[in-house]
Amino acid sequence: MSARPIATTRSAAGLPTGRLAVWWVVVSEIVIFGGLLASYIMHRLAHDAFAEQAAHTNTWIGAFNTLVLLTSSLSAVLAHQAAERGDGPKAARLIYATIVGAVTFLVVKGFEWTFEIQHGYTITSSTFWSFYYAAAGLHASHVVAGAIIMLFVAKDAARNQELHRVELIGIYWHFVDIVWIFLFPLLYIAK
Amino acid sequence: MAHAADIHPHAAHGHHEEVSWWRTYLFSTDHKMIAMQYMFTGMAMALIGGFFAYAFRMQQAFPGMDVPLYGLVTPNKYNVLITNHGAIMIFWVAMPVLIAAFGNYLIPLMLGCDDMVFPRINRLSYQIFLLSAVILLVSFFVPGGAFAGAWTIYPPLSSKAEYGLAPLGSSIFLVAVALEFVAFLLGGINFITTAMNSRAPGMKMYDVPIVVWMIVVASILFMASVGPLIAGAIMLFMDQQVGTAFFDPDKGGDPVLWQHLFWFFGHPEVYVVLLPALGIVAEIITTFSRKKLFAYKTVLYTVFGTGVLSFVVWAHHQFVAGIDPRMANIFTITTLLISVPIAEMLFVYIATLYGGSITLTTPMLWGLSFIAEFLIGGVTGIFLGASGSDIFLHDTYFVLAHFHYTFVPIAIIGTFAGLTFWFPKMFGRMMNETWGKIHFWITIVAFNCIFIPLFITGSAGDHRRIYNYMNFPDSAVPWLQDLRVFATYSLVVMLLAQAIFLVNFFWSIFRGEKAGKNPWRANTLEWTTESPPPHGNWPADQLPNVYRGPYEYSHPDRKEDYWPQNLPA
Amino acid sequence: MLHLIESWFGVPSSATFSADIDFVFSLIFWIVGFWFLLTEVVFFWLILRFRKRDGVPAQYITGELKSEKKWITWPHMAVLVFDVVIVVAAVRVWYHVKQELPPAVETVRVIGQQWAWSFVHPGPDGQQGTADDIATVDELHVRVNTLYHFKLEARDVLHSFSVPVFRLKQDAIPGRVITGWFEATKTGTHDIQCAEICGIGHGVMGARIVIESPAEHAAWMASRSSVSVASLASPSAVQE
Repeated sequence: MSARPIATTRSAAGLPTGRLAVWWVVVSEIVIFGGLLASYIMHRLAHDAFAEQAAHTNTWIGAFNTLVLLTSSLSAVLAHQAAERGDGPKAARLIYATIVGAVTFLVVKGFEWTFEIQHGYTITSSTFWSFYYAAAGLHASHVVAGAIIMLFVAKDAARNQELHRVELIGIYWHFVDIVWIFLFPLLYIAK
Repeated sequence: MAHAADIHPHAAHGHHEEVSWWRTYLFSTDHKMIAMQYMFTGMAMALIGGFFAYAFRMQQAFPGMDVPLYGLVTPNKYNVLITNHGAIMIFWVAMPVLIAAFGNYLIPLMLGCDDMVFPRINRLSYQIFLLSAVILLVSFFVPGGAFAGAWTIYPPLSSKAEYGLAPLGSSIFLVAVALEFVAFLLGGINFITTAMNSRAPGMKMYDVPIVVWMIVVASILFMASVGPLIAGAIMLFMDQQVGTAFFDPDKGGDPVLWQHLFWFFGHPEVYVVLLPALGIVAEIITTFSRKKLFAYKTVLYTVFGTGVLSFVVWAHHQFVAGIDPRMANIFTITTLLISVPIAEMLFVYIATLYGGSITLTTPMLWGLSFIAEFLIGGVTGIFLGASGSDIFLHDTYFVLAHFHYTFVPIAIIGTFAGLTFWFPKMFGRMMNETWGKIHFWITIVAFNCIFIPLFITGSAGDHRRIYNYMNFPDSAVPWLQDLRVFATYSLVVMLLAQAIFLVNFFWSIFRGEKAGKNPWRANTLEWTTESPPPHGNWPADQLPNVYRGPYEYSHPDRKEDYWPQNLPA
Repeated sequence: MLHLIESWFGVPSSATFSADIDFVFSLIFWIVGFWFLLTEVVFFWLILRFRKRDGVPAQYITGELKSEKKWITWPHMAVLVFDVVIVVAAVRVWYHVKQELPPAVETVRVIGQQWAWSFVHPGPDGQQGTADDIATVDELHVRVNTLYHFKLEARDVLHSFSVPVFRLKQDAIPGRVITGWFEATKTGTHDIQCAEICGIGHGVMGARIVIESPAEHAAWMASRSSVSVASLASPSAVQE
């Protein structure tokens, strides 16, 4: 029963099954974040007080984290390239680099939030900050989940196993990155 | 159970491991077993949801009197009952039975596959679903009681404990709903990926049975619409537990935002459950009229059209909710427009009967009654989608009767149609036809006797979610109360009649007349394998190829009046 | 024929626009009822006509030919045409009731809370917000043939101001004041209900609207002149 079903090996749509599935996961996640961000935008347009609060986010930290995530997406792409060439150990190393990027992102965010909370900008301070922590928090939970999955994929890849999963986790990681690309201007730049 | 021996793996995967009882029944990754798990869980939840309806209708009919088998229905208990009746029927009955059970069972079989593409994720999705059901039931036993703010969960009633009085229950309810969403997101990925990628060799897009298309489109609709509500549920949970104010007007939030997030999902959701039922009906009416489905492609295009349109009608639930009145005009137009593809689909089904050779078996009775009854639901929707008349009808029992004339055909008629039709395949035996017909007639007559009176009371001004109409002088009139009592008695009859089905169902599993591979002489691939199918559905080297569409009944070039998809000539 | 809600369902039509809303309901009823009956008749006729008969096979019809498709296309067009008729009728009435705001003779405040309605009437000077305003709980007094604006508020959760004899309904949202209008055409005393679930007391949140002649209204105002609006300052004071 642990053998893969024949169904999984078919490819009537021209795409490998795993990749097809990850794209659908991304679609459903887009709608989740889309809903949250649409709500944020509607609120922001309706309440000027929002913009005042937004002035207190730290654009430099946000920019640094954006750079970190973009770099980690680069290492994810390189990992995929290595996997395509059949070089599992190299792909694994590049995935570990991606994980380092994820952890860096989270640590920086940890400091950022600690600073903000200590200065009185908590999740209940105002609706801006509620959205800020909710959106960034939801994103951060996806970063954590991605990092954990990458650990498993890297372990297998190091032994040249399940190399196709390197691309799949890469797709997910690019999505997480793109969500941040939307969050960054909304939370940090539009002031 | 009778089919245990058939689930054990045969040479399908080239190994003969003895599989434990646990792996066979409780932790199976076989799509058919997972389908059964969803089916039985859904049926059990239906009994609970139906019992709740009995209790609150008895309170309406005989206010203040102890309800037999329940006790006194206090105002708070009334609100708990109606809230959870609605939530249970939609999230824990209609969805698991129509999408997860029938989808899981039929999709791999009808596509000629040995299983879903991700069997372990399939199992995980059921486990999360079961957890969500358990969590919902737990909410009844916590201090403060279960959530009582209607299945629509509008804040601030649902977000602030001092208003809703059930802080723990409200949050547990949200968690249960959110987990149910996760389960169906996971399940949906399996369905969509399997349908897109794993069709039998030779099966082109237009050779796929309509019910598979319907379940797949429903899964896509679900995945594309539930996101904002998941976001909203997170926000509402945070309002409840953390003290944020996303929906709290006292601190800068907006209660109407929740309504938009909810209904943006809520409206496509009704099509999510409608489509599988429509698919089941298509399979049945073609088989029992021995006729090709009329204009298959038209059916597909109307389904796509309905799916797309379903995303732009949501605010018809909010006409008087305080939205910009100009928006209401846009949504009236889109809402009435959506009646066009649905009507077209029903016309196509009716046209399929023309020139047929119709036998009124139990499944066919259910399938045909779906069309007759859903028409009522559809046309009464017009009264509500038209903003001008909705001003009066909003929040009255007219709305309730409308959506029961859509939901009951979907969730009850559709389920019985599917169960009586595929029972022989699932269990290798036939259900008793006579008792099937008796159950059908009593259920259908009782159903109409419940809800026609409620159209009348709604048009006469009965509002929803009222535990005692005697509190309102204009409503406390004898002829209206007579109708409410009549509806209640009819519900009791309908609920009792389900015992006939349950006895027939379980008795037939063990003692029904044995069924062959294809007792209905149908064309689709599931009828080409054993009843019930073994693990792997067909021997590994004998997965079917497909040579034609699924509805080649009564083809002039053929002596037989059916032409299975897998026959080369 | 066009006032079914009144004639068949027994709800009096007591506002200028209740007849308009009834018209939309009745129009839909007859249009939709006709097509619904026709469809059901055709449906049942087909089942009877094409019952299985020995020796008579079913026909092989794809539904793709134009001659076949027209049986779907024509009804489909009919649905569209009648939908347009209904949309036009509905939008006109909606616009009149919800988007237009004819000038008011008097304004009343309608306040919903868990679990009662309170109302502030203008008092003998006809002005809202002055010292002679009359506050009541669960009773709204209005003059017949007088155009009122209502200012709708909610103190805690969502409520909804529903007056069936006017066919009027408007949700009340905490934090907002929503304006609407009505003009009563017949005297009488009828139900006001809350049309949005608001907690355990939702089912006891009825009130009454008293539509009275100018003389009756004046007499009522005179009898209530001793009650001041100051009592409305705190919610607990109103919850009597």
